[in-house]
Amino acid sequence: MSNNPNELRYSKEHEWLSAAADGVSSIGITEHAANALGDVVFVQLPEVGDTVTAGESCGELESTKSVSDLYSPVTGEVVEANEDVVNDPSLVNSAPFAGGWLFKVRVSEEPEDLMSAAEYTEFAGS
Amino acid sequence: MSPSPQPRLTALDAVHRSLGATMTDFAGWDMPLRYGSERDEHNAVRTAAGLFDLSHMGEITVHGPQAADLLDHALVGNIGSVKPGRARYTMICREDGGILDDLIVYRLEADTYMVVANASNAQTVLDALVERAPGFDAEVRDDRDAYALLAVQGPNSPAIVKALTEADLDGLKYYAGLPGTVGGVPALIARTGYTGEDGFELFVAPEHAEQLWKAITAAGAEQGLVPCGLSCRDTLRLEAGMPLYGHELSTGLTPFDAGLGRVVKFEKTSNEGAFVGRAALEAAAERAAQNPPRKLVGLIAEGRRVPRAGMSVVADGAVIGEVTSGAPSPTLGKPIAMAYVDAAHAEPGSKGVGVDIRGTHEPYEVVALPFYQRQK
Repeated sequence: MSNNPNELRYSKEHEWLSAAADGVSSIGITEHAANALGDVVFVQLPEVGDTVTAGESCGELESTKSVSDLYSPVTGEVVEANEDVVNDPSLVNSAPFAGGWLFKVRVSEEPEDLMSAAEYTEFAGS
Repeated sequence: MSPSPQPRLTALDAVHRSLGATMTDFAGWDMPLRYGSERDEHNAVRTAAGLFDLSHMGEITVHGPQAADLLDHALVGNIGSVKPGRARYTMICREDGGILDDLIVYRLEADTYMVVANASNAQTVLDALVERAPGFDAEVRDDRDAYALLAVQGPNSPAIVKALTEADLDGLKYYAGLPGTVGGVPALIARTGYTGEDGFELFVAPEHAEQLWKAITAAGAEQGLVPCGLSCRDTLRLEAGMPLYGHELSTGLTPFDAGLGRVVKFEKTSNEGAFVGRAALEAAAERAAQNPPRKLVGLIAEGRRVPRAGMSVVADGAVIGEVTSGAPSPTLGKPIAMAYVDAAHAEPGSKGVGVDIRGTHEPYEVVALPFYQRQK
């Protein structure tokens, strides 16, 4: 069973978003999503300076069986991409809420339908 | 065959759920995809041992004085020449030479064979055998529900199975089978597999499957054995260059097109060499020798993006082939694929070949199959 941290908020595309510090939030995929993908072998992240848009594809995640689009849960400018996860994609599986974070965004706009941990747990069924 | 609304469950379903398996629908069966990390499962089979539930495979028994003659007529191999206690990899084709399925045929006794078909094709194979049986003194019996199938694969599998049986495993060669008792249950013990490793496939009555699973799990505890799902089975067979029906094999291809012409035997012990598909396959053999259209090759990525079935193989901006299977290879640490490519680009080391991965032409090295061969 996944343990979705209370301090994060969640999108329907199974991304998490940290509380903003100085206007910057970290973004990753949830443990539920990582488990569904299986072993992640390749991640393509947006680049620093890119503008990402809530609900739109901004990268991809490859696992043994499939490739999945990576969606941004918010709109904003990418200020950092996690090079550790590019070099070792298994971090997405082993620590999806910690060392497996994907990128950081200076948030300019948030959709209204982000979920709390409890709402996401119910939504994902785990 | 129309897909049944409810997936079928194997006799080991409760075991899989208790192990927390991720399940997947496969050919109408609810099967374990993986129990934990599919890469760890893959590596366990390469270095230690893995235990698989393959009960979705379709068993068909052919029995009677003319069982060999019927199978020589219905299949492309020389089945009459298989000695009792041995097995043969073979195929069943249509009259036009198209592959209906690839099969393993075990000769259990002089007059009794067990044909093992892919789950997705079992009904097709059964129907074809029944249709081809009239005139032969032999019975075709649907034994799909009579067996559960467990596979123990990997370098430590002989030690594990030996600890559970009195049967002479040292005398059991690759592609041979013998009846025995394993872990206290009656089993057909076959030295076959689909992983590129040494290993055993154990056909047992469904009511004995759980007892055997537990016995193997206990015997394998100190041998590094882990339960393994279909996800790693696919990457294991891909590294071993083994074809999968629906990917490398189809009704649109003959065995010669698939680079497996060696399974077609025009010299047979029965029926003066007559068999279903013979004329078309003779023509296909000639075409493959004179002027092959496309050839099945291996591709190894230079980058990290993974090729998938259906993607185009390209050279100089033109499509020259199609990927049939692709995955990240745990053993090579790189993405690999099998693909049919035009003969002009099929030589190992052929320059300038790439795969179109979502619009980007990623460079790939053309290699001969297999990607992986165990040290014997």
